[in-house]
Amino acid sequence: MRIPISWLGEFVDLPENASVEHIHAALVRVGLEEEGSHAFEVTGPVVVGQVLEAVAEPQSNGKTINWCQVRVAPEGHEAADGGADVRGIVCGAHNFEVGDKVVVSLPGSVLPGPFAISARKTYGHVSDGMVASVRELGLGEEHAGILVLSTLGLDPEVGTDAIALLHLDDQAVEVNVTPDRGYAFSLRGIAREYSHSTGAAFTDPVNRVADDLAGTSPAGFPVTVADDAPIRSRSGCSVFITRTVRGVDATRATPPWMVARLKLAGVRSISLLVDITNYVMFELGQPIHGYDLDRLTGGITVRRARAGETLVTLDDATRTLDPEDLLITDESGPIGLAGVMGGAATEITSTTTAVLIEAANFDPVSIARTARRHKLPSEASKRFERGVDPAVARAAAARVVHLLVDLAGGTPDPLGSEFDESSDPAPVELPVDYVTRLIGVEFSADEVRSTLEAIGARVDGSDGAFRVAPPTWRPDLTTAADLAEEVARIVGYDRIPSVLPVAPPGRGLSREQRLRRAAADALAAAGSTEVLSYPFVSAEANDTFGAASRDDLANVSAVALANPLDVAARYLRTSMLPGLLDVARRNISRGLTDLSIFEVGLVFRAGPASSSGSIELPPGGSLPSDAELAALNAGIPAQPRHVGVVVTGNAVGKQPGQPAEPAGLADAVTAVRQLAAALAVDLRVAQGEHQALHPGRTAELFIDTPAGRIPVGFAGELLPTLAQDLDLPRGVAVAEVDLDALLEHGRRDVVVTPIVSMPAATQDLSLVVPIVIAAGDVLDTIVEGAGELLEHARLVDDYRGAGVEEGEKSLTFALRFRAPDRTLTAAEATASKSAAVALAAERFEAELRE
Amino acid sequence: MISGSDVASAVDAALTAISSVTDSTALRAARAAHVGEGSALARLNAGLRDLPKDQKAAAGKLVGQARARVAQALAARETDIAEAEATAQLAAETVDVTALPSRWTPGARHPLLMLEERIVDIFVGMGWEQGEGPELESEWFNFDALNFDADHPARAMQDTFFVEPPESHLVLRTHTSPVQIRSLLDSDLPVYRISPGRVYRTDELDATHTPVFRQVEGIAVDRGLTMAHLRGTLEHFARAMFGADARIRLRPNYFPFTEPSAEMDVWHPAAKGGPRWIEWGGCGMVNPNVLRSAGIDPDEYTGFAFGMGTERTLMFRNDLSDMRDMVEGDIRFSQQFGMVV
Repeated sequence: MRIPISWLGEFVDLPENASVEHIHAALVRVGLEEEGSHAFEVTGPVVVGQVLEAVAEPQSNGKTINWCQVRVAPEGHEAADGGADVRGIVCGAHNFEVGDKVVVSLPGSVLPGPFAISARKTYGHVSDGMVASVRELGLGEEHAGILVLSTLGLDPEVGTDAIALLHLDDQAVEVNVTPDRGYAFSLRGIAREYSHSTGAAFTDPVNRVADDLAGTSPAGFPVTVADDAPIRSRSGCSVFITRTVRGVDATRATPPWMVARLKLAGVRSISLLVDITNYVMFELGQPIHGYDLDRLTGGITVRRARAGETLVTLDDATRTLDPEDLLITDESGPIGLAGVMGGAATEITSTTTAVLIEAANFDPVSIARTARRHKLPSEASKRFERGVDPAVARAAAARVVHLLVDLAGGTPDPLGSEFDESSDPAPVELPVDYVTRLIGVEFSADEVRSTLEAIGARVDGSDGAFRVAPPTWRPDLTTAADLAEEVARIVGYDRIPSVLPVAPPGRGLSREQRLRRAAADALAAAGSTEVLSYPFVSAEANDTFGAASRDDLANVSAVALANPLDVAARYLRTSMLPGLLDVARRNISRGLTDLSIFEVGLVFRAGPASSSGSIELPPGGSLPSDAELAALNAGIPAQPRHVGVVVTGNAVGKQPGQPAEPAGLADAVTAVRQLAAALAVDLRVAQGEHQALHPGRTAELFIDTPAGRIPVGFAGELLPTLAQDLDLPRGVAVAEVDLDALLEHGRRDVVVTPIVSMPAATQDLSLVVPIVIAAGDVLDTIVEGAGELLEHARLVDDYRGAGVEEGEKSLTFALRFRAPDRTLTAAEATASKSAAVALAAERFEAELRE
Repeated sequence: MISGSDVASAVDAALTAISSVTDSTALRAARAAHVGEGSALARLNAGLRDLPKDQKAAAGKLVGQARARVAQALAARETDIAEAEATAQLAAETVDVTALPSRWTPGARHPLLMLEERIVDIFVGMGWEQGEGPELESEWFNFDALNFDADHPARAMQDTFFVEPPESHLVLRTHTSPVQIRSLLDSDLPVYRISPGRVYRTDELDATHTPVFRQVEGIAVDRGLTMAHLRGTLEHFARAMFGADARIRLRPNYFPFTEPSAEMDVWHPAAKGGPRWIEWGGCGMVNPNVLRSAGIDPDEYTGFAFGMGTERTLMFRNDLSDMRDMVEGDIRFSQQFGMVV
């Protein structure tokens, strides 16, 4: 909401030369946040001039300019810039005659742009100033010619300061009006708030027309309200006031003060009649619609639309109406979308002579839905959605009548028509000590009462509880808490003391919360950098990374957004990798080619499409049943927390004495192993398959549990063709694990194995097996076969070549044996090793290599 | 017979040789030549056997002393040479410590997440617990339960991402406030809960907006809580984050889920460019309708709630000017912070 300061000053006492800062400071105290300020940005000597002489001079470029002599000061007086009283000025416009009074911007003045005016050579003359148009003055869009003051009905003295004459010295403050306070979308409401903040005297603008509130008459315009489909049992229209003014001259110019104020308020001047309706809306907060009475057919009926009806609105768009739309109709059919936008057929034009004024009150919900449905947010709908004072309609209609009479020369019909079924806001019970209990400041009963009365409420009773009747312009005050806020904000939030509450002893972070931190810390400590990526991806990205194979895709249903920012990325991720690969590509494009990055975040996996969400929602403001809550939660798609890792480039760069070590699958697997180790999870690796990954370089990650193998993720090298498609280097390695699953199946309480200090026996073991046998499987078999004496086993070599037959490999393991109660003999260790060899021979035809 | 001069010359020759050697190889050679088999001293020593009895004692003493002198000189020289050789070897092993190879590259946490953890820790220190909820949320939790009427302009102003089909009433949560409801539903009263997390609004990415950002939300519901407790909690929080001189200023505002509602500014004593007030977030007393949505009697319990943007907090705390640095994933951004925020 923009508030021209001169306008505000009509309704509340402002200090002399009240500054923008002063008004902002006053308004922010009562909850109207500063948004900015606006001014005309015209400075310096801008004066009324009179054209004494104009010589048309055709130019070689085809234009004709006027070389004018313009008087800019009374004869013999110095002009406002200290120069001569008559100036030679080149003017390109032709819409004036000798003798006309115009606005002259003298050298030294600055017009909006900023555009500094100086004497300059042009078309063979020194043009000693500029004759300004409406647009050049920042007053409007009119630029067909210069501003001739007689068209505004003005005949000021030559030399008069045009800035003051045209009210270009006014300024506006802009504040943010929160959606609960519709009344603040008016000068009336803002002036009242300024008064609450500063104590300055407030004059309700309604009082100005108090003696002219015409009543109902059969002779008044016939209006019927027939809402046969109220929304939420509230009639769409509670007030409909009409007044008629005849004999108006629609061609008259809007006076400069009104143009200037409207401009500062954010709307441009259109025509006198339209400007008057806008002016009253800003002043009183009551949207006004003016009809050309002669274009109406019969009386007005307010009703809901019928299926198939259409309306051409003021913006010349043909609207197909919805049965929920509230309409203004006459005998010809729809003539307006109530409270949102009028119809083209009955609008006021330059030939209008008789005006029917509508000041109505429409149901906020009905207007909000219609404005949204037709994507027509308007100044009117904005106010109705937030609630308009139903009691201001008559005054607003009367104010329009006054302005039409004063400015457009009209004559009012003696009586208007009036439909008013509005009701006062319901009274609110307010226990006397409630405000103190909620705010934590001692408020006396008198303080509460007087503060609420100051905002316009009527306060009755005192035996423990007040009965508070909110003013008609505050439909938002419906609970005791609302009233407590009023008291607190008017008295001032600064009075609220600072008291630290004592919470009951807490339990610290949950296990999951602690371990999630440990997981991210472990990856960072292992040299990976944490990044955050958007979870919006394409269907293709989800199809590629969200499941190991096309067949598995059927089990992973992605969630689509109804209103994505980018239609190419309208799905929520089912895998962390597409986003991380985007981040990798961005880093590589910035020259950061050696990367290890990770992200911990949610992936979104809908169940079968039909089961997502809830068609019916329980109402707010009361506890749903257990069944309703369970249904709500069951409808929310699964959102497991995943960790994604991407490595590319070099794991270790080239250094003195050692070559670069390229990053690869080993680094990706090591990263997740380190993560698992931090969580005390025994992460297992097996050869795997994934459609996005190199078929020979894919690892399946799982946990062995008593209940069986639980898959928790995968790692691998991107398929070379996919890497190329994604504009990534070959050999990018990735890993993704389900952190929730790791936490679920990880060890909860570590049971410590006693540390044995008996001496160990170490032996190496080399086994020759077919190449296709996984070393991990051989290792598992050795552990199984060697029995309890084997404390630790590790693969230390994989040899292929001379001495080993084609198709086979020699795997060497370092074994460490230990007995808990004695020093092992070499014979015992060898027996244990032999048992391992025997089992490996049985399973893999492994042969001992001596 | 053994002459004193023979012994003396053998000793002199041995001592001269020992003093002239400079490494352990030469020392071994000198030892062999002067005390080894066939050396002058060895021969003199062997000659002792053939001496007449009356000469044996005197000659034996003479030769014994000579051998002891030489052995002592050898031992001393050996120690010196071993020391010199050890020192020389260490000198030869010198490396350029500014050019050592590294097998490790630095990693880093994302500062937004570390900041969240830090904020949570401040509240956990006061006995609060950390709350959580889904990012893809039912409209009931995101709006209805929080007193956002379906037709209220405040609901339309949330710039919500809706999920297909819209009748499913699923949204990407527009704020962390649904966790208020989940916390109240999941726990016995009183509840003191701090809930960081990711939220979504349909804003295009620019220097000051991002469609995906983070908030931290706090809610306390207990008997007898007032707006003074809200201010006290925020002030403690502000001091823990910004220093002992930080203060909180409240300005009236509107949120559907709090009444009274306030905008909170923090006095940031260490702000770059000088101490100043900075808009930090929103707060207020939990609206009775929100308590009712969670089955709590507002006549018995009151509560307060607050929320602030994590990005915004990091921006003014660490003097960041462009939101994009936080969301693009350029590793140079996180690496500036390491593991510290």
